[in-house]
Amino acid sequence: MKAPPFQYHRPQTREELGTLLSSLENAKILAGGQSLMPMMNLRVLAPDHLIDINRIPGLAGIRETPEGIEIGAMTRQADILSSDVVKARLPLLSRALEHVGHIQTRARGTIGGSCCHLDPSAEQPAMCAILDAEFIVTRPDGHRIVPASEWFEGLLQSALGEQEFLEAIRIKPWAKGHGYGFAEYARRHGDFAIAGGAALIEASKDGRITRAALLSFGIEASPRRLSDAEAALIDQPIGKLDLEPAVAAARALDAMEDVHVTPDYRRHLAGVLIRRALNEACTTLERQP
Amino acid sequence: MSGRFFGAAVTRVEDARLLTGTGHYVDDIELPGMLHAAFVRASFAHGRIRSIDKRDALAMPGVVAIYTMDDFADIAQGPMPPMAPHPLLKTPITYHPLSDTEVRHVGEAIAIVLADSRANAEDAAAAVILDVEYLPTVSDVALAHEANSPTAHSQHASNIAATMKAGFGDCARIFAKADHVLTEQFDIHRGGCHAMECRGVVANIDLLTDALTISTSSQSPYMVRRHLAAYLDRDENGIRVMTPDVGGGFGPKANVYAEEFAVALSTIKIRRPVKWIEDRQEHFVATTQQRGQIWSIDVAFDNNGRMRAIRGHCIHDNGAYAPYGLILPATAIASFPGPYALEALDLTVDVVLTNLVPTSPVRGACRPNVAFLLERLADRIARHLGMDRQDVRQRSFVKAEQMPYTTGLKARDGSPISYDSGDYTGALNLVLDKIAAKDFEARRKESKQRGKLRGLGIASCVEDTGIGPFEGASIRVTPAGKVIVATGASSQGQGHRTAFAQIAADALGVELEDVTVETADTAKFPLGISTIASRIAVTAGSSVQLAAHKVRAKAITFASHQLEVDEHDLELEGGAVRVKGIADMKIKLSEIARALAGSTGVPLPGNMEPDLAATAYFNSNALTFAYGANACEVEVDPETGDVRVVRYVVVHDCGKLINPLIVDGQIRGGVVHGIGNALFERMIYDEQGQPLTTTYGDYFLPMASEMPPIEIHHMETPSPRNPIGVKGAGEGGTIPAAACVISAVEDALGPNGPFIPVHPISPQQVVQWLKATR
Repeated sequence: MKAPPFQYHRPQTREELGTLLSSLENAKILAGGQSLMPMMNLRVLAPDHLIDINRIPGLAGIRETPEGIEIGAMTRQADILSSDVVKARLPLLSRALEHVGHIQTRARGTIGGSCCHLDPSAEQPAMCAILDAEFIVTRPDGHRIVPASEWFEGLLQSALGEQEFLEAIRIKPWAKGHGYGFAEYARRHGDFAIAGGAALIEASKDGRITRAALLSFGIEASPRRLSDAEAALIDQPIGKLDLEPAVAAARALDAMEDVHVTPDYRRHLAGVLIRRALNEACTTLERQP
Repeated sequence: MSGRFFGAAVTRVEDARLLTGTGHYVDDIELPGMLHAAFVRASFAHGRIRSIDKRDALAMPGVVAIYTMDDFADIAQGPMPPMAPHPLLKTPITYHPLSDTEVRHVGEAIAIVLADSRANAEDAAAAVILDVEYLPTVSDVALAHEANSPTAHSQHASNIAATMKAGFGDCARIFAKADHVLTEQFDIHRGGCHAMECRGVVANIDLLTDALTISTSSQSPYMVRRHLAAYLDRDENGIRVMTPDVGGGFGPKANVYAEEFAVALSTIKIRRPVKWIEDRQEHFVATTQQRGQIWSIDVAFDNNGRMRAIRGHCIHDNGAYAPYGLILPATAIASFPGPYALEALDLTVDVVLTNLVPTSPVRGACRPNVAFLLERLADRIARHLGMDRQDVRQRSFVKAEQMPYTTGLKARDGSPISYDSGDYTGALNLVLDKIAAKDFEARRKESKQRGKLRGLGIASCVEDTGIGPFEGASIRVTPAGKVIVATGASSQGQGHRTAFAQIAADALGVELEDVTVETADTAKFPLGISTIASRIAVTAGSSVQLAAHKVRAKAITFASHQLEVDEHDLELEGGAVRVKGIADMKIKLSEIARALAGSTGVPLPGNMEPDLAATAYFNSNALTFAYGANACEVEVDPETGDVRVVRYVVVHDCGKLINPLIVDGQIRGGVVHGIGNALFERMIYDEQGQPLTTTYGDYFLPMASEMPPIEIHHMETPSPRNPIGVKGAGEGGTIPAAACVISAVEDALGPNGPFIPVHPISPQQVVQWLKATR
């Protein structure tokens, strides 16, 4: 379990990083290394070049901006989990991060690394998908913004181009007091989940849903928004929600199979978990007086 | 017996070192000029190697040599000696140190690469090109058992390596007249073992004397020496084998492995030190695995629930080789009839070869399987008769007043097996009391209100421990007054240094810190067997006691001469022999040791033999039987199928406790092992014998986050069969645990749920079972 030979680069600036990305073939960016290094040691991946971006200043940190909360790509999961800003304004992200790995891996793992690696069961990209995050990408000629709806291109495949790197993730918080719910099922705490679900809701003063987002992850190659079910929730009264469209939508996904579980069981879980997430969102919603 | 230290919960003397990163493991060994080894391993399950092309690999950076079996032609050839020859195995089915041409499972070692670093060795191993003729593969033991199956070894006509039979009483008669007969099929999955430290070997050769020195992460260093000496046709004296700190054994490290031989052969060939450290990927495909078995069982019982007779047939998956002979299937047979007073038993075990990693004892060997069968049958009978589960057991168990109880089975030497002592019903009653079984329905109701299905499980077991013939010990008091205990029993983290020091310190009247325990270095103690089968407390522990008493007697004799006091008036206390009641009339052990070390021209008092030292071998001729009763509660999430063990209570009797802290640790770890077997660990292979779960992402080792609090209660029935009254404790936690957890799951699923004859179970299965009950 030793990685095959590779050349190690440690740029100190974005410019150096840009130069390396434009000049090197078969290069991989090393962020927190919690997926990349095991994959290299297992010889599943054999990049010729490893570009360690841990020394580049300003890639980590959580900032409130007029356009939303910006989380630098190199921000460690542990730092996001302990952020009061995230706790107060992106409570769903905080809630989900408790399920990401373990204390040790969260101290190293980064949100940007996870969002570029895109494991189908990963919580962080899934939360970006339900929160309609924007991915701020740096490229040789400047920046581009990729909306979450265009970020996921397939299994382990993001929209990041060869000469680009992820700078930050920007998320517009939902209204104060919004409801949020998260549910996943993994055999052991911290494992990649077999399936998961998340829900966000806002409601009017008379307790009717005004805005909703629903998402299943771990079921298909990428996290999946349940748009029709979201639409069906609008105007429904909290407490008398019809959960069935959400459950049916989750159960209708094209579920993956693996050595442990069948697609049927995964679909079954998708239904169970989206219901739990939505129920939880109703309980966390702060009712307007 | 008891004393200041024996029986006391003293903290382990090993811990400060092991917990602060200052332990010394095989991988910590660095020698000048040492090469690092990586193996070329089979990526296919069955095939014949036509040729091996190592030219490109040899040209790679840092590569010094690449050897196949042919390269050792001038040193030794042929299959490795069998560790445990058995008359039913006419030809031993052992590995070659490197494959001889036919490869029989994924992961089998074919060539060894020596390089200046492990990374370079791995790069080159990947560049060795094999030309292979693929052969039909058999990876499913039930298919392998069929007459027309492809064979795991192309030269064999059948995969059945041996058929073992055992039993007693007249089964036909009892089955003919029993009130009830039930037949059940059981499928018990093989799993891995996964000590925290993988295997590892460092071999070195003395260029002047040719003597070999081997450090290995092993439970059986003396077996490594014995079999390597036989294989190399050398005297044992020219081979020193030692075990530095070992990070867990649990059974698989009791085998003598092909890699140990291949590394030794490489060192002899290249005349430089060679290190090989097994990585976790290799561990998944090259270290022996657990006890996969399929059983068909008929059980005869009475209207009142008394279990009377069992007829069983087993298909035992031994994997591709039998490095440990038939020890594992033999343990299955020897585990009957457990705590049940059966009138008749008739067992047949077919030992079947497959193109999978070999199986060998893992914590409990096959005892957990048999506990699973017997306890599941007891639950099955209770359900069939509409009785309480504990009533079936109480009516069927061997009674305390029947001790010693002759089971009807015979030991390996032909002598009748007899349980020495114990109160199985008492243990079951105690555990039911401790878990408050009578209030369980209230807890079930409370869980139901939270949407969870709660179940109560029970399981008992009896465990043969302390198997002979011996582990010895020598004790020497140095002229500085320090006590050195040396034993051949190797240590893998069990706390031997503490436990043996407790025994010796009591006998010699010294403090724990005055005692140093040296384990498993063939240069320091001449003989040893293996640290397996919960035998070390009984065997080595008793020998330490006997040796300490010999040293004590010698010190008293000496002091009696010097002080001119009758021996009966002397005692050992505070590092000295002193006259009872006269504190300052004493002679220090250090003075005695110095005197007995001799001075030129000065005769020893009373013509005593020199050296304040003694060696003892306690002959453990009769097994001693530990036992336990477990109860646990699970909560099942009916939607996801998740099973969570929420309470676990153990009542365990391993005779006198040398150190309750150490025994509790053994039991707690053992229970976790069993919960892993019941709910988590699944080693999956495809039809081509490819392992599909070879990382901890796919292979679910249980983690602390999924484990319940484990409450332990001891009963202490001293064993009459050894001088310190102990029984083994290393496996008692594991043996009934899977049975106990599955019993609880079945109880949670309710009266309409299925009988569960398998483990591990998955949440997916639980959901399906629940669907079927509706």
